[in-house]
Amino acid sequence: MAIVTGKQVGLTGNSAIAYAMRQIDPDVCAAYPITPSTGIIEEFSSYYADGQVSTELITVESEHSAMSACVGASAAGARVMTATSSQGLALMWEMLYIASGMRLPVVMTVVNRALSAPINIHCDHSDSMGARDSGWIQLYSETVQEAYDNLLQAVRIAEDPRVLTPAMVCMDGFITSHAVENITLLADGEVKGFIGDYKPGRSLLDTDNPITMGAMTLQDVYMDFKHEQSMAIAGAKEVVVEVGSDFGRRFGRHYGLMECYRLEDAEAAIVVLNSAAGTTKVAVDELRKKGKKVGLLKPRLFRPFPYAEIAAALKNVKAVCVLDRADSMNGFGGPLFSEVRSALYGLASVPKVMGRIFGLGGRDYTVEHSTAVFEGLYRIIETGRMEELTGYLKS
Amino acid sequence: MSTGAATAKKQKLSVPFDYNKYIRKNKLPHIWCPGCGHGIVLKSLLRAIDKSGLTKDQICMVSGIGCSSRTPGYVDFNTMHTLHGRALSYATGVKLAKPELKIIVTTGDGDALAIGGNHFIHTCRRNIDMTILVYSNAIYGMTGGQFSPTTPQGSMSTTSRYGNIEPSFDCCELAKAAGATFVARGTAYHTQELERTLIEAVRHKGTAVVEILDSCPIYFGRQNKYKSASQMMEQIEKDGTIPAAQAEKLPPEEVKGKLLRGILHRVERPEYCEQYLKLVEKALGKGNE
Ligand SMILES: Cc1ncc(C[n+]2csc(CCOP(=O)(O)OP(=O)(O)O)c2C)c(N)n1
Repeated sequence: MAIVTGKQVGLTGNSAIAYAMRQIDPDVCAAYPITPSTGIIEEFSSYYADGQVSTELITVESEHSAMSACVGASAAGARVMTATSSQGLALMWEMLYIASGMRLPVVMTVVNRALSAPINIHCDHSDSMGARDSGWIQLYSETVQEAYDNLLQAVRIAEDPRVLTPAMVCMDGFITSHAVENITLLADGEVKGFIGDYKPGRSLLDTDNPITMGAMTLQDVYMDFKHEQSMAIAGAKEVVVEVGSDFGRRFGRHYGLMECYRLEDAEAAIVVLNSAAGTTKVAVDELRKKGKKVGLLKPRLFRPFPYAEIAAALKNVKAVCVLDRADSMNGFGGPLFSEVRSALYGLASVPKVMGRIFGLGGRDYTVEHSTAVFEGLYRIIETGRMEELTGYLKS
Repeated sequence: MSTGAATAKKQKLSVPFDYNKYIRKNKLPHIWCPGCGHGIVLKSLLRAIDKSGLTKDQICMVSGIGCSSRTPGYVDFNTMHTLHGRALSYATGVKLAKPELKIIVTTGDGDALAIGGNHFIHTCRRNIDMTILVYSNAIYGMTGGQFSPTTPQGSMSTTSRYGNIEPSFDCCELAKAAGATFVARGTAYHTQELERTLIEAVRHKGTAVVEILDSCPIYFGRQNKYKSASQMMEQIEKDGTIPAAQAEKLPPEEVKGKLLRGILHRVERPEYCEQYLKLVEKALGKGNE
């Protein structure tokens, strides 16, 4: 397919990510196929076969090996990328912590899909939510355009010497990965100019300055390693903003920590990640036409979690519903609910916040569902009573 | 003879076996593509099970993930559909908890030999009593045709656009070297022979591995320029193989390049669960004499 940059082209999420990977031209990519992310590496392997990238593509025998190979290559100083979904991410779990603990800026696309059992190939966020404490930066994408833009930015964020932390870019399985959307691509030169060359500060192949990675640390220093890592990830927030504004300056599409949609004067708001935000926007517009003051907050950055900014954005809202596409199985609501709600705890006047689990295993989330959630929020505002604090969305 | 009677006779001959007894009809239609060999293998397996005299409740069928691993969903035994590559570990757990069950694992070449390769060799090494059917179609069928550890060198796949450079595994040699006590190879083309091989495999006490060559015309066939599913079966399964017994009598040049069919290896060795139970008795102070 001849793809023209600068103009609108119709691409699926997977094709857009593969295209971005071609433009980034990582040194190494190690991967194993899994639905719905398979298409990314499949298309990338065509670029590779046609000599359009200088990448070493390693098609290993499992995701366990894929992430291990990524870690090895990154430790050797390479720019490294991969993609996976669901069980594939779950099988990488052990190595996710190695990548982040060694401070290796691997960049991975996670095409969100439900976890077994029972087996299901459709979208929910159980996979990436399960990895939320693995020390990876997490960016979420509503659309194909955002997934493409996020991936380019993730490279710069992860590799920033202040951050040096792996990053995952999440988009919804099938809904975004397989749907064709009109998007604007950058020119190869623009991408190269934006991400720059990767110059690792230290690497295993720098034999003049030998280092060791992952060596045994005990009670004396292990905790200090973790403290430093944690501080670096906290600092990534600033870098995300910086990189997002530079991206906006150069290419006209601005990115921050979150998107607030008609939220300034909203009384009722939904907080939701990824593609469901698009559906919610339609409901917001319809209700606004009827004079209802409703809005949406869509976090873009989930790790590090921008709790202060989220609290500031929601401080004047009366009632909030946080929609989680993953269940913590009887934690306090879903993961997003629990973090958003505790972010609001310090506010002078705290909005009423309820949590609903929705869309598991690809269950549809429609404008009607969204509208019903807003109606529920208005009942809370009118009666001052919370009906059910957490639970499953009726769908 | 009236036409009706002739048709009835023909039907009787062509439907010698009632598969309905073993099939979960509400789970049909199955997901396998037209021309896929997995269904033929399933039929041979059901006939073999029927002839081996096992009841449905005596069998537990376990699988990982893949097209071949969908098999347990369609059959009315105790069944478990687990994770890609891990079927043998789950099966080991089932067998140890209920040694009286006959465990049959259906797995793909990717499931068994790539992501699950480690479990494969250790299961063989332990010689735990189970029948392992490796549906070997030389490709990852379910995810759209990436090369697998049995894809021949030089073959096209979605991850080897100019030909696969990796040497492939010989599943049977691998099983034998790892310690499996029954190793055989069959094909979907030789369905009667496969049935006989599977009866022997199911009867065997210990780890029995049967590699079954079958074809994925959609992903392997199309990328490697096979004209049709039947041509693929003829070329790979019929002309590409030879019965082991026959091969012994032929000069090496006539056997060269062909894969051997039939029972390739069969030895006796203590079975894992039995050893385990003996150990328990010993620890309890029984049977120490
Ligand atoms: C951990 C994990 N990684 C990847 C997958 C995706 N996946 C499902 S089936 C399959 C390959 C199937 O190939 P094979 O085992 O040869 O069986 P076939 O479909 O050809 O019968 C893959 C890679 C998965 N389900 N789980």
